[in-house]
Amino acid sequence: MREAFVDTATRFLDDPRTTIVLADISAAAFAPAAARYPDRVLNVGIREQLMIGVAGGLALTGQRPIVHSYAPFLVERTYEQIKLDLDHQGVGAVLVSIGASYDRAAAGRTHLSPADVSLIDTLHGWTVHVPGHPDEVPELLRRAVCGQGSAYLRLSTQVNTRAYAGDGELVVVRDAGAGAALLVAVGPVLDAALAAVADRPVTVAYTHRPRPFDTAGLRALAGTEVILVEPYLAGTSTRVVSAALADRPHRLLSLGVGRAELRRYGSPEDHQRWHGLDPAGLRRSVDGFLQSAS
Amino acid sequence: MTLTTATATPGPPVPGPVDAPLERLRAGRDFGPNVYSTIDVLWVLYDRILRITPQSVNDPDRDRFLLSKGHAVAGYYAVLAAKGFLPDDWLDDQGGPDSPLGDHPDRLLVPGVEIGSGSLGHGLGLGVGTALGLRAQGRTTPRVYVLLGDAELDEGSNHEAIAYAGATGLANLTVIVLDNRSASHGWPGGAASRFTVNGWTAATVDGRDHDALHTALTGHDGRRPHLVVAVVTDRGRP
Repeated sequence: MREAFVDTATRFLDDPRTTIVLADISAAAFAPAAARYPDRVLNVGIREQLMIGVAGGLALTGQRPIVHSYAPFLVERTYEQIKLDLDHQGVGAVLVSIGASYDRAAAGRTHLSPADVSLIDTLHGWTVHVPGHPDEVPELLRRAVCGQGSAYLRLSTQVNTRAYAGDGELVVVRDAGAGAALLVAVGPVLDAALAAVADRPVTVAYTHRPRPFDTAGLRALAGTEVILVEPYLAGTSTRVVSAALADRPHRLLSLGVGRAELRRYGSPEDHQRWHGLDPAGLRRSVDGFLQSAS
Repeated sequence: MTLTTATATPGPPVPGPVDAPLERLRAGRDFGPNVYSTIDVLWVLYDRILRITPQSVNDPDRDRFLLSKGHAVAGYYAVLAAKGFLPDDWLDDQGGPDSPLGDHPDRLLVPGVEIGSGSLGHGLGLGVGTALGLRAQGRTTPRVYVLLGDAELDEGSNHEAIAYAGATGLANLTVIVLDNRSASHGWPGGAASRFTVNGWTAATVDGRDHDALHTALTGHDGRRPHLVVAVVTDRGRP
């Protein structure tokens, strides 16, 4: 996904408003673009507060900043800059992260960012894209950069086997028929979710845009049982789903990354399993949820 | 936060045109030294330096003034009113439920205010980004001025911006540090050394001396970012 991002963002430099702001991460990949556009590919060094402040200042002059770093440094370290230097000034930027919840599991806690989407979700009016495949990245980035407001793109090395086009409305990937439970998978957790419920009476829908969440699509597809599977903190979208279905009796199971610090290294696959997001773990959770209704 | 200064000598009267709007804004309240210490440099900027008028607040080629120490807002509002950026009747009821004038400024509410500030350490990063945006657009006329306090320099975000602006020779940027000696641990060797070691030009002047401020504020060399330290050691208005 990072390569797709670098290629696409570099092409957007044809527009004189586009300005890429880096804090050393991926600077080498953007070096050819920086050589060609030295005033619009800016590497501020390892200075993440400045990176967002610069983006806010650029936007105040009418530039369209694309800001990129590792997820915990881009979102968690700079939260007040995002809140004040972008939102409070009434300007927007496109933030693009890599690393996700545990792409570099062996690096440990400092490089894990399961809370990024939750933090962005404390703010107002942000669009959040969580692509599940590299081929989804160029179009999502184009929509974000061509838009007016702020957007967060969460890139990951965890990917599904196929890409889905569209603007983020729920796409039915597996239809289990009327009355079936609805499982909504966000971004790269789709393949594991499909494997988990392959022989279960569960309809599976996919989105790569958790904000704004496709609540109309949800209402059209949801029966009384809804299962949400997200690749970041469990429950991040619970409030949105609950509000969308507030006028209907329903049960909701929210799955995702746990809050506890595991203090374990290993691989992304290990963390997926430890958080119950592998096919076997998801199947256990879904079975328990569905059996508890009967 | 209450700012106190080291010496007890009273300050000079506020610049004439600012007196009436400031008194109307004050409405019998007490203003601290943080308000009075900043008025002279604000007045010199708006009266003699900044190429901006109430008619040009959206002109892309205007100079930018970013007040980073947002708590020095009373003098800022008074100067903006004296220069016609906002109507005098806005000066009543500062901080009230229907007033656009808060205890920290909001750029979406007040014409001529370039940034909303209040949390210290945000203005300089925004100023660096503004200077970079103007440079990317090929706008060589406008200059970006950012006003900080010496205590505000405690915030590490400033030092990210100071180092980067110096390293990249951001020549259209001027920072003013209003030094009223309020940093809890001081700046041994002077605030200016934190900038000059990073390649900035710098001048340290009496923050009450309008001609000295004018000379310092126009002292940039066109190749490097410029710093003016405006020192104010009196305790404000007599």
